[in-house]
Amino acid sequence: MSVSPIASERGTALDARSRAIRREIVGVLAAARRGHVGSAFSLVEILRVLYDDVLRYDPAQPRWRGRDRCILSKGHGCLALYAILAEKGFFDRAELAKFCRADGILGGHPEYGKVPGVEASTGSLGHGLSIGIGFALNARYEGAKHRTFVIIGDGESNEGSVWEAALSAGKHRLDNLVVLVDYNKQQSYATTAEVQDLEPLAAKWEAFGFAAAEVDGHDVAALRAVLSRVPLRPGRPSVVICHTVKGKGVDFVEGNLDWHHKNKVSDEELTGLLSALEIG
Amino acid sequence: MRKACLDMVYELAKRDERIFFIGSDLGVGTLKQFKAEMPGRFIMEGVSEQNVIGMAAGLALEGRIVYVNTIATFLTRRCFEQLALDLCLHRTNVRLIGNGGGLVYAPLGPTHLAIEDIAILRALPHMTILAPADAGEMRRLMPATVEHAGPVYIRLAKGGDPIVTPGDLPFAIGRIYPMRRGGDAVVVTTGVALGAALEAAKTLTAEGLEITILHVPTVKPLDTEALLDYMAPVPAVVTVEEHTLMGGLGSAVAELIAEAGFDPGKRFARLGIPDVFAKEYGSQASLMDRYGINAAGIVAAVRQLSEKRSERVTGAGAAR
Repeated sequence: MSVSPIASERGTALDARSRAIRREIVGVLAAARRGHVGSAFSLVEILRVLYDDVLRYDPAQPRWRGRDRCILSKGHGCLALYAILAEKGFFDRAELAKFCRADGILGGHPEYGKVPGVEASTGSLGHGLSIGIGFALNARYEGAKHRTFVIIGDGESNEGSVWEAALSAGKHRLDNLVVLVDYNKQQSYATTAEVQDLEPLAAKWEAFGFAAAEVDGHDVAALRAVLSRVPLRPGRPSVVICHTVKGKGVDFVEGNLDWHHKNKVSDEELTGLLSALEIG
Repeated sequence: MRKACLDMVYELAKRDERIFFIGSDLGVGTLKQFKAEMPGRFIMEGVSEQNVIGMAAGLALEGRIVYVNTIATFLTRRCFEQLALDLCLHRTNVRLIGNGGGLVYAPLGPTHLAIEDIAILRALPHMTILAPADAGEMRRLMPATVEHAGPVYIRLAKGGDPIVTPGDLPFAIGRIYPMRRGGDAVVVTTGVALGAALEAAKTLTAEGLEITILHVPTVKPLDTEALLDYMAPVPAVVTVEEHTLMGGLGSAVAELIAEAGFDPGKRFARLGIPDVFAKEYGSQASLMDRYGINAAGIVAAVRQLSEKRSERVTGAGAAR
């Protein structure tokens, strides 16, 4: 088994913006006292760089035809997506306080048609990439310039449908399609190595016809650099394997599978999360 | 019927640039002309139904109308969650062309029989289920699938099926069609079962029993009002389908009758495939005969219900 030269370490410092987004996520969590915290924290820098620096979009016209499409296929990471979409103005920030409530639009998994900026309903794993291939094929047919980004998880990569889709994207040589793997190496039950080892992961994607890059998924500058040069190779779909830490940013959440999904989050836990993310 | 359906996909695609076709490694040379003339809208994928349905949903979310063609059982069982979520939850305009609905692939055994396709798809919100009776009806049906909102399942029969619907019969999604009228029983059919019912009617007429035949090419959404209107004044109802008795047309009609508050004396029977996997090969026709989904089965069912009725009312004068 090959060992990736890139890794993301626990305990490393995050900048003020990354901490602020995580504080917003804690605020959303507080509304329902439940959510996939570890999965959302793992994703923050990936989504931040996409929405700050990479994607073309107009929050006032979420269905603008020229927009880049972004699908959060690991829909359980939606706390991070909601925080960013609200910040960018896709919907009123007041919605965040209604997370999982009957009168809100934001549920435990993101829904198309309900949440502006959400391109596909996800939550059941292994659906987003095939939908993204449909987007990318249509863009190619229309000669349109927009790109499709699909964020998948490592646990999600156990699904056979992910690999059906990978085979198809490779065959169609969709260089307007970018897959980002949030590779925090922990799934719900245990580590990916224990549950269903994915290694050698980059080699797998390459074997399916993708051009692959690996990056520290919490290194904002490195993410910007790699995403500024997609497609990584002309005529091929790209995969960016983002080495991340589940629960990144809070010491007692990092690598702690109790925080993959939490319900009944206590006042003490909320206080602990916020103080760990203090912007000092 | 298969040829009529695919020919229509080609004809419709020529007129409407929104139409895409996705195959799943089925039928050498399928839609050769479509591929030659509209290559950008012809996609042949591998044996990967989950991916095919997701792709189709993605294309449809971009405004395309996508016809997906493969074997009915793989198109329904294998990728059921993709049908539920990618197609129905998103209410995408994807049209599923299910080859070999029912017992068509009898020689290939139970792995290839689509005997519960209607039942499982009926349970999905927004799904429309069409089962035409012959190639003529298929040609009338296909144009209606273009503008229809949401996913549509089109159940194909064997091919070379006898033409049993008149050429001037209209077609609208969600409508049922009375093919003949009679006061002794209503026979409700979908797909090719209509042929068997029409044949049965001749035998029954000779015996002095007149039946109404309701052809139901749209199993979902079911034309419930019309069904209730036709069933209300008639003492017996028989449903006939090339499908398991668990959850198909017969179940849908039974649910209607149970809730309708009809005269408790109304008799009801369902003809279809019992709750088993096929134990034999043979042909579609031989399995239909095995399960009594044929004219003789319908005649026997109507006769039996009529006899029961006569016993029950002891004598003539049953209300019609």
